[in-house]
Amino acid sequence: MTTALFAVAAVVAVVSAVLVVTSRRIVHAALWLVVTLGAVAGCFGALHAEFVALVQILVYVGAIVVLVLFALMLTKAPTNPLPTLTTARSPFAAAVAGVLALLLGTGVVIAFGKEKIKPVPAGDAETVGTAIFKTWVLPFEVLSVLLLAALIGAIALSQRKSGES
Amino acid sequence: MPLVLPLLLAVVLFCLGVYGVLARRNAVTILMSLELMLNAVNLNLIAFDAWRLDGLATGQTLAVFVITLAAAEIGLGLAIVLLLFRGHGHVDADAARDLAEADEREESPT
Repeated sequence: MTTALFAVAAVVAVVSAVLVVTSRRIVHAALWLVVTLGAVAGCFGALHAEFVALVQILVYVGAIVVLVLFALMLTKAPTNPLPTLTTARSPFAAAVAGVLALLLGTGVVIAFGKEKIKPVPAGDAETVGTAIFKTWVLPFEVLSVLLLAALIGAIALSQRKSGES
Repeated sequence: MPLVLPLLLAVVLFCLGVYGVLARRNAVTILMSLELMLNAVNLNLIAFDAWRLDGLATGQTLAVFVITLAAAEIGLGLAIVLLLFRGHGHVDADAARDLAEADEREESPT
């Protein structure tokens, strides 16, 4: 049952990810990114990581895609199809990505081809929260400092005059 | 469920992200492809967590951390993209050559 759910979400994720990287309209690519991230959240749910799936929907779909759409709006991204959105070296890029996929795929199949996973309900907010605040407290605090640094950096970048850059 | 199913999905998503980073021209779409790659890593973490079941929820905790890192990264990245747009009037990653080597051809429309 979970395997079937996971397979459906995986197919949706792959198809929409292909559209994200090949769509000629930038805004459509950003909206396909929503579908991809939602499908990946569905994969997390099928693997019984419900808390991570909810965080994924909240942070990625709710915040990051909205930020990306804002950036597209502020950079005056055109809504009509742009043939120049992908560079002329895209066949080379496709070859690199294909060879990488082949290498990683064979490596993964050779290393883990016979392993099975049996997802158990171990991914609710209580389990993950206990793990974060018991075992992983120090990385959590470091992460909050990093978020503060990113915040200050973004403010400092956006406060610069355009002439002094 | 076989373990290779999520792993192969992660491989496909990661390589689509690699293709997007290499082939796209607009800086915002490059950042979107980066998000695809980070998602592939998250999928790996969740899959290995469901495989190991170490009782510490290591993979899921790391996935939450990676999501937080992605939020920080996209905030900084979009700030840089907006700065590029204010300075140059475009967000073309190929034409932004301010940091290129001095002996390469100069084509930055300042």
